[in-house]
Parts: sequence; structure tokens; C-alpha cells
Amino acid sequence: MKIAIASGKGGTGKTTIATAFAQALSKERKSVSLLDCDVEGPNSHIFIQPELDQFEDVNMLIPSVDAEACTGCGKCAEVCQFHAIVVIGGQTLVFPEMCHGCGSCTLICPEKAITEIPNRLGILEGGLSQEGIRFGHGILDIGEPMAVPVISKLKKWRDLMDAEVVLIDSPPGASCPVVESLRGADYIILVTEPTPFGLHDLRQAYKVTQELEIPAGVIINRAGIGDTGVEQYCEEMGLQILMQIPLEREIGHGIAQGKSLLDIKPEYENRFLQLHLQITEALSIVDRS
Amino acid sequence: MIIAVSSTDGKFNTEFSPRFGRCNFFIIMDTDSGEWESKPNPAADARGGAGPQAVQFLSDAGVKASITGRYGPNAFTTLKTAGIRAYIADAGTPEELLDRFKAGTLEEVNAATGREMH
Repeated sequence: MKIAIASGKGGTGKTTIATAFAQALSKERKSVSLLDCDVEGPNSHIFIQPELDQFEDVNMLIPSVDAEACTGCGKCAEVCQFHAIVVIGGQTLVFPEMCHGCGSCTLICPEKAITEIPNRLGILEGGLSQEGIRFGHGILDIGEPMAVPVISKLKKWRDLMDAEVVLIDSPPGASCPVVESLRGADYIILVTEPTPFGLHDLRQAYKVTQELEIPAGVIINRAGIGDTGVEQYCEEMGLQILMQIPLEREIGHGIAQGKSLLDIKPEYENRFLQLHLQITEALSIVDRS
Repeated sequence: MIIAVSSTDGKFNTEFSPRFGRCNFFIIMDTDSGEWESKPNPAADARGGAGPQAVQFLSDAGVKASITGRYGPNAFTTLKTAGIRAYIADAGTPEELLDRFKAGTLEEVNAATGREMH
């Protein structure tokens, strides 16, 4: 079962929930993997402290033009949808940061003047946590704009997807990296806070799950602050509220010290096991319908 | 000589645009005859790579010198490859900038002056 943890708004507690969920399941002797797909700022590892001992570069193939063989015909520039290659004054210029690695320029070049060379976008790191969680995350290199290829490679990396329960910690927002992280999930947990800001971004995130046709439920974090807008919205949309985590000084304090939610509140273990049952039940209803 | 000034509204006697790749118009001027015309910048709404595309457009129009507020690194590299000279100004209308170009009082730059834009 693949469960993704997402949110429109940043800082709602996706990582807090994903890591606590993974720890609770692994304590129940389930085989669990956790993929931190927030490649622009991965931090799940801080909570679950895996021993990172597996590393792999993520490269994208970008064009390299042989100036001798190039006739400046401009076919490569015409075919490039991202304007990553420009022919001007008889010379062909490549802008690697705009290239999406599709290879069209290489295929279309009548002179075979273009070869593809690897351009590093980031790195994957993985390893086991003490509890036995199979962990992996991607880190986008500074200055690289493209997160999607790093996420996509992480989701195919080693045996991460073979665990009984696969948890995917998604980046915030509702754009390409989020879609790439959520794609293929059986269920999506949308984490929000009960404020107008949380609600605004929850709407967007929920639309993404609808677009992907993946069933979703909501966890309200920092419950007790703000207003009742989120609850009303969930009721209107028929979105199940799976869990509410109250705003408590003890939790905030512990997380600020890098402790995981389960370390701070061991009694939450049962709530997360319950969460797993709720999701299993929700999915079996989907299957039957 | 054909020169280009970036422009917001495409007019000859209103303030120029300090943006290069995503300006709305280029005022293309002939320094010899004084004739000018306004052309919409096809790169204004580009998803990415506006700088190089704008240069491509200017190069096709026979432009040999460009005047704007600042140049990003990709625009600048492409200008140099195209053999277009890069000038910058803080303020002025295309009409005034044309005079300053002819008088040789505009600053020519030999490196990108702005950060990369998205």
C-alpha cells in the first residue's frame, strides 16, 4: 500500500506525520519504507535518523554540440520546446538549466553534431533506520531548477517501493514536483491546519488529488487554533478527517529539538496504527464501489 | 546602424523599459536615417529562456546594438554570440537614448549586469 502525505501549505506537519506513521508501523513489525520527496528541503531523516550508506547521482542528459560538425541549420532550436538551445550568428548555444533532457535535438540533428552528456541535478541517499524503516531521499543540487527527475528516480530507486507500506513525504504546493510525488499512490493524506491559510491551500491540494483520481483524507494539525472553515469544507466535500493533532506546547517544543512525534508522545503509536486501519478500510470501500 | 531599445508601451517618446527579455516591445531604430518602428517582443510571455529568444528576434531584425536597463547572463551570452553590442541606461525615452547613443555617452557593458530571471 502506497500512502502519500501532502499539503498545499508548507509547514503544516507533513514530515512530522510521515515520520511518526513510519515509526508506528515499523514498531508493529510491518515492512515500511519512507521516501522523502521534498528534494528542495528534505528533512525527514532528522526525525528518523537512518544510517545513510547508499548514494546515487541523478543525472539528466543534455546536448553537447560539436562546433566543427554543426552547420547552424537551426533544426535543434526549432524542435526544442524549452528554448534550451539557440542558433545565432551561425553558432549553437546550449542553456543547460532550461533543458528538460528530452533528446529531441540529438535526434533531429541532420549532421549528427549533437551528443548527450550527463548533467548532475542532485543525489539520492538511502539507508535503514534503527527501527528498520527503509529510508530514501533526494537532494536537488543548489542552482538546479528541476526537481521532478530527482523525485522520479527516487521513486524507482532500489527496493524502496517494495515495502508492505510505502510512505511518501511530498513537497508542499500543487505543482509538478507534488504531482510527481503523488503519482501512483493508493491514498493521499492531506495535512492542514485549521486556519484560513490552511483551508486555502487545502482546496488546491485536494483538487490535485481529484485530478489524479486518488482517494484522500485529511489530518488537521495544530487543532484548536484558527476557525472551523477546514472542518466545514471537509464536510461539504465528503472528505474524511482522519486525525486531529492538537496544538500543544510539549509537541512544538520537542519537534523544535528534533524529536519525532512518537518520541514526544509515545501514546500516538496507537493513533497511527488506527490511521492505517482507517485507510485500509477506506480503500476497501473504494475497491468495492 | 540598426539599434533596439526595450519599451513598455511601444512609443518613441515615453520612458523605456529597463527589462530586456520580457519587455513588451522593442523600438528598432536606424541611426542613419532616424527612422524607427515598434515591434512586439515575441519573448515577452515565454515560459523560460526569454533572454535568448529576444536576442534571436533582434538578430533576425538586423540589430547591431541593444539598449536596456540590465542583461541577465543568458541574454548577455546570446548577444555576444550574435555580435550585438550591449548598452545600458537608467532612464530615458527611446528618442533620448538614440541621441545619447549617437553622442557616444551610453555605457557599454561587457558582462551580464543583472541576475538570471525566471
